[in-house]
Amino acid sequence: MKNFFKILYLIILILTVNYQVNAAEKVKLLKTDWSFKGLFGKFDRGSLQRGYQVYSEVCSSCHSMKYVSYRNLSEPGGPEFTEEQVKAIAASFEVVDGPNSDGEMFVRPAKLSDKFVMPFENVKAAQAANGGAYPPDMSVLAKARSGGVDYIYSVLLGYEDPPSGVTLDEGVYYNKYMYGNNIKMAKPLSNDLIEYSDGTVTTEEQMAKDVTTFLMWAAEPHLEARHKMGFKAILYLIILTILVYFSMKKIWSRIESEV
Amino acid sequence: MSDHEYVPKSKFGKWFNDRLPLLTLASHLTDYPTPKNLNYWWTFGGILTFCLITQIVTGLTLAMHYIAHADLAFESVEHIMRDVNYGWLIRYIHANGASMFFLAVYIHIFRSLFYGSYKSPREIIWIIGIIIYLLMMAAAFMGYVLPWGQMSFWGATVITNLFSAIPLVGEGVVNWLWGGYSVDNPTLTRFFTLHYLIPFLILGLVVLHIWALHVPGNNNPIGIDVKKPSKDTVPFHPYIVIKDGFALLMFMIVFAFFVFYSPNILGHADNYIEANPMVTPAHIVPEWYLLPFYAILRSIPDKLMGVVAMLSAILILAALPWLDTSKIRSAVFRPLYKQFYWILVADVLILGYVGAMPAEGLYLLIARVATAYYFIHFLMILPILGFKEKTIPLPLSITDPVLGGFPNTAIVKKKESLN
Repeated sequence: MKNFFKILYLIILILTVNYQVNAAEKVKLLKTDWSFKGLFGKFDRGSLQRGYQVYSEVCSSCHSMKYVSYRNLSEPGGPEFTEEQVKAIAASFEVVDGPNSDGEMFVRPAKLSDKFVMPFENVKAAQAANGGAYPPDMSVLAKARSGGVDYIYSVLLGYEDPPSGVTLDEGVYYNKYMYGNNIKMAKPLSNDLIEYSDGTVTTEEQMAKDVTTFLMWAAEPHLEARHKMGFKAILYLIILTILVYFSMKKIWSRIESEV
Repeated sequence: MSDHEYVPKSKFGKWFNDRLPLLTLASHLTDYPTPKNLNYWWTFGGILTFCLITQIVTGLTLAMHYIAHADLAFESVEHIMRDVNYGWLIRYIHANGASMFFLAVYIHIFRSLFYGSYKSPREIIWIIGIIIYLLMMAAAFMGYVLPWGQMSFWGATVITNLFSAIPLVGEGVVNWLWGGYSVDNPTLTRFFTLHYLIPFLILGLVVLHIWALHVPGNNNPIGIDVKKPSKDTVPFHPYIVIKDGFALLMFMIVFAFFVFYSPNILGHADNYIEANPMVTPAHIVPEWYLLPFYAILRSIPDKLMGVVAMLSAILILAALPWLDTSKIRSAVFRPLYKQFYWILVADVLILGYVGAMPAEGLYLLIARVATAYYFIHFLMILPILGFKEKTIPLPLSITDPVLGGFPNTAIVKKKESLN
């Protein structure tokens, strides 16, 4: 039995290490402490709310978030704005609805049930407005890049002057952490770019951390529920396993054999 | 076996059992004499049954919410993750369940290789197992296409393109598989249909697999034939049921860690980007469980020969009962085979590793050496070993190796520690 677990442990170790090696970047990503990592990881509510502010005031002019609804902003496990606040947020956007009974399309303020209004009508329009590059949809972005939140955080803070010998095309910027180091997005964050409604100092690092936290929530809105349930489920399984272990010992003691 | 004498107690039971002997079957399954020295490597059969049932149940639930359409599939998966009650849980169980399924099946296969479970009289069990394994790979591959992310799309493109290597009709076959001139909506809908069908084929084959197992009975770590029932065996219930249950719970703890705490670690980040035929990902990598075969495919410079090598690597397993010429089943009594066995394990792990790396430079060289060794193991080492190897004498029975004139007490201790 000891042998068995040793080998099993090794196999699992090799499998996971394999993957970590694959995911390892050539450049070391910037690290910060994320409150949502770990067994009991939860989102920092304030950070999520500030992150939404950064998203709506900075990112959302180019990046859509088409799988997230306004109602999600007030749901448990998210930024948890009050319903009134979210209604006000939604009402500041306009959506095309219809056709009405006259067969006409009409414009109305967005409601809680609407998805986040996109900054461009379609991918082509987004490309045309952004020098040919499509600003990726941000709904699942935090899961769609290897390195995840660390990668996004690093890219946001990774703008620097290109090393000598590197020439960039027009509208292309140098970023230490971006794949291929060329990025078509201009440096999005700078100190005191916006003013946080809760008075937090708007340093670049603070904004990068807040908006990345918000992106993680957008990609995994049920993360907190998952962590909570996981703890209970695993605890339950461990207790049950121990009980079954002793039952097994008892049953096998009837015969002269070990388990 | 006691099932021959089984008579139901109640009158209705007897009436029913005479017409459909379900109760006799149940009695056979509970009393089924099992070697009592089975170690924990033998619990993976039960674990695999659990995996299959889990995949079917979660899969059915996902199918209620999933939309098999190129324009809607990605969005419907996000709908499952966000808006369906516990949709995230069901999807993560299903996605990680596939990995757990393969983890268990690889342990199951390598257990069989170590203890010679594929040898006479268990060849049919083994071959059915290989067919199940092939179907599992097909199901997993097609399932990975369904979320219609970048890896789905490009993985499907790469794998289906392999068929174009077939001389003369290759191109036609590929177009037929695609239902068009590229991977597109018709490909997605047929993959969904087949992905739904295959698990039930597997379920049927699992029944045959177990049926075929129940004819000769289980092999065991000593690898000798066991008289049934005897003091070397225990009834399946409760002894094996509780032991399998205990092992299954341990397995579920590992499973739960993946589902709840790192549900995406075994997947590829690119699959959260919606499929885009205009943008090719930098590295197209299959899921981890297909990597060894992917490495074999890429290690051969010629496309057709690469495909042939990859298929042979799997099909060669079906010929294993005849390639292994040794009469001794368990590696415990085969000192040389034991060493070659572990080299093979390392070889397959190395193949898996280089399969995930770009096929160039040192990686390519390692892949070629490892591929060559894989075939040498089965085609040369195993047949020769059966004739050349000096094996350790077998005990006469599981319980009384010493009474049977067993000379080497060290081996008896070894056997003890296997339990």
